[in-house]
Amino acid sequence: MAAKGKTVPLTGNYAIAEAMRQINPDVVAAYPITPQTSIVETFSKFANDGRVDTEIVRVESEHSAMSACVGASMAGARAMTATCSAGLALMYEIVGVASGLRCPIVMPVANRAISAPINIHCDHSDSMGARDLGWIQIYNETAQEAYENVFLALKLAEHPDIQLPVMVCEDGFITSHCVQNVRIYDDAVMKKFAGERKPIHSLLDLKEPISVGAIELQDYFFETKRQQQDAMEKVPKVYLEVAEELSKITGNKYGFFEEYKMKDAEAVIVTMSSAAGTTRAVVDKMRNEGKKVGLLKIRLFRPFPYEEVARALSKAKNVAVLDRSMSFGAHAPLYGEIRNALYEMEKKPGLQSYVFGLGGRDLLESHVRQAFNDMLTGKVSREKRYLGLREASE
Amino acid sequence: MNPKEIAERITKTPRFTSGHRMCGGCAAPIIVRTILAATEKPVVAANATGCLEVASTIYPFSSWDIPWIHSAFENAPATISGVIAAYEAAKKRGRIKEDVKFVAFGGDGSSYDIGIQSLSGALERGHDFVYVCYDNEGYMNTGGQRSGATPFGASTTTDPAGKVRKGKQENKKDLVRIAAAHNIPYAAKASVSNLPDLFMKAEKAFKVKGPAVLVVLSTCPTLWGTMPKDTITMAKRAVDSCAWPLYEIENGRCRITYKPSSKLPVAEFLRPQRRFRHVFMPGNEKELNEIQKRVDEGWEELLRICDGS
Repeated sequence: MAAKGKTVPLTGNYAIAEAMRQINPDVVAAYPITPQTSIVETFSKFANDGRVDTEIVRVESEHSAMSACVGASMAGARAMTATCSAGLALMYEIVGVASGLRCPIVMPVANRAISAPINIHCDHSDSMGARDLGWIQIYNETAQEAYENVFLALKLAEHPDIQLPVMVCEDGFITSHCVQNVRIYDDAVMKKFAGERKPIHSLLDLKEPISVGAIELQDYFFETKRQQQDAMEKVPKVYLEVAEELSKITGNKYGFFEEYKMKDAEAVIVTMSSAAGTTRAVVDKMRNEGKKVGLLKIRLFRPFPYEEVARALSKAKNVAVLDRSMSFGAHAPLYGEIRNALYEMEKKPGLQSYVFGLGGRDLLESHVRQAFNDMLTGKVSREKRYLGLREASE
Repeated sequence: MNPKEIAERITKTPRFTSGHRMCGGCAAPIIVRTILAATEKPVVAANATGCLEVASTIYPFSSWDIPWIHSAFENAPATISGVIAAYEAAKKRGRIKEDVKFVAFGGDGSSYDIGIQSLSGALERGHDFVYVCYDNEGYMNTGGQRSGATPFGASTTTDPAGKVRKGKQENKKDLVRIAAAHNIPYAAKASVSNLPDLFMKAEKAFKVKGPAVLVVLSTCPTLWGTMPKDTITMAKRAVDSCAWPLYEIENGRCRITYKPSSKLPVAEFLRPQRRFRHVFMPGNEKELNEIQKRVDEGWEELLRICDGS
C-alpha cells in the first residue's frame, strides 16, 4: 500500500520523534543529552498531550534508561530510548546486556563526540565505540532516512530470527537540528507496518515463569555468544525483506549502502551519514567537469556487508574512505572495514584513509574535492590523512 | 502470623526452591522465601548481581519458580521499573488482567553503594514495587570487601584490622532513613532472626501503593566468621543489642516494632565474629567501647525519632 503522507519541514530529531509517535511503543525510558534531547522532549509532549499512550519512564540516567528498556523488553514490551555520546558511554554496560539478552530495542543515536575534551558536536566516536557490543547499526544521511529507518529497525529487531537491538544513527546537530523537508507517511499505514511486538518469551507470562539473565560459566557462555553471532549473520537477509516491505510504502530504496554514480567511477569516496550529502554535491560538480567520481554511502555498518561492498568497489581505481571517528593506534573504523572487504579481491583498488569532522568540524566541499583529486591523481598511501585539520605548524 | 503458619505458607507456594548454591548458613534464602510468601498475588522479581543471583541461577538451573530477571549489579531498581512500565502498558492495552506484584532484591553492595542512584531514581518515580536489601554488611560475591553497609570497627579484606588502622573507621549508612527521605509510603528494617516481624513488614510493603523498602539483616557466616548453625542466633543478638533495631517508617511515622526487654551488651553480638576479633585483643578496649557508644547513640536517636513509641 503506497502512502503519500505529507511533506513538512522538520529537524532530524523531530522526524524521529514522529516515527516514535506513529509506532506508539509500549515503553520509552530516556534521559536528556545534547543533541538527542529534542527527541525525548518531543515524544514526552506527544505523551502528555495524549497523542500516544506509551508508558514513559523518566529515568535519572542513561544507565537506568537502558536498564529499564531491558526490563521492559524482557517483559514483552516494545521498548525504545535515545541517546548519544556520554549517555551512550554511561549505558555501555547495559548496551551489552541488551544484545546478550536478545532485547529488540530500537535506539536512535544523535552522534556526538566522546569526552575529553568535552564537545557537544558531531562525530561518530560514540556509536563506533559501541560497534562490537552486538547491536545492529544503521547510519542515516538525512532526517527522511532516519525517520524511515526507525521503522526498518523496528521490524528487523523484532523479527523472530533476529531479536537484536538496533541503533539508528544520525549526525548530531547537522541532521538532528537542521530543518529539512520530510515526508511523514500516513499514520494508519505506518501503524499497520509497525504492528505489534510478538515476544517469544515474556516475564509477564505468569503461567510459564522464566529466569532471564542467569549466570553462564565456562560450560555455556561460549555457545550463547555463538548464537548471537548466528543471529547477526541472519540480519542481511531479513534487512532486505523488511526493506522491500517498507519500500512498497515509501517507494524508497534501503540497500546496505547507496551507490551514487558508481558505474564508471574511477575515484570513489566511501563515507557515512551527512558527509554523504556534501560528497554527493561534489560528485555532481566534478561529473560536470568530466571527472569520473562516485560515492558509496554505507548505511548498514553492523553487520558489515563485506562481500557486497567489495563488489561495489571492484571497478574503482582508487578509493578514499572518510571516517568521522578514529580508532587510536589502529585504522579508523570505516577504513578498517573497507580494507577488510577488499582483502579477498584479486585486483584491489588503491585505498586511502581520511579522518574528518571530529567534534563537529565542518566538512567542506573543498575537502571532498581534495580527496577526489588525490584519488584521481593516484596519491594513495598508507599514511593517515586529515581533512580540515590545522597541523601544529599552521 | 506465627512461624509455623509462615512455614506452611512457604511450603505451600515455594517460589524460591532448594537446590541453589548459597553457602551453608546464609540467611538470604530464608529472607527471600519469607518475603515471597507474604503475598498470594503473582510476583515478578528483579535481582541485582550478587551472591543471591549467581548462586540461584547457574545456567541451566534456576531456583526461581516466579518470573525473574537479572541484568547487572547496580540496576535492579531501574530494571524492575522497566518491567513495571511494560506491565502498565500491557494492562492499558488489554494484554494482561491479573494484579501482579513486583519485587527487586539486592545485597548491600548494590543497594547502599553502586546502585543507590538507581534505587533513588526508582523510589522518586514512585513505581509500585518492593525493594529488598539483604544486608550482610560487605561485598560477599567478591569475597568480603568493605561496603557502605559495613559497620564501624569491622575488619574486611579491603579495610582489614591492621597495626595502625583497625578496620572500618566510618559509620554504616542508614539506608532505611535514606529511603524514607524519598517520602515513600513504607520503609522498614527487619532481621532474619524475627520472621513474624519480617513477614508482617513484607505484607505491608506489598500492600502499600508505591515503593516500599525492606532492609533485612542477613547473617553471612563467610564474612562474619561465624558458624552456619548460629545464623539466627547471631542476627538475634544484633537485634537484642540494638546494633540492628527493628522499626518501620509508615507514611512518615516511625515505629519501633521490637524492643528488647533488656539490652544485650554489643560485645555478645561481636565476640563470636571473626571480623570483630581484633576488638577483643588486649589494648583494643577503646575500639570495643567506641562500638558500644555508637550503638547506644544510634538507639537513643531512633527512640527520639520514633516519638518514644
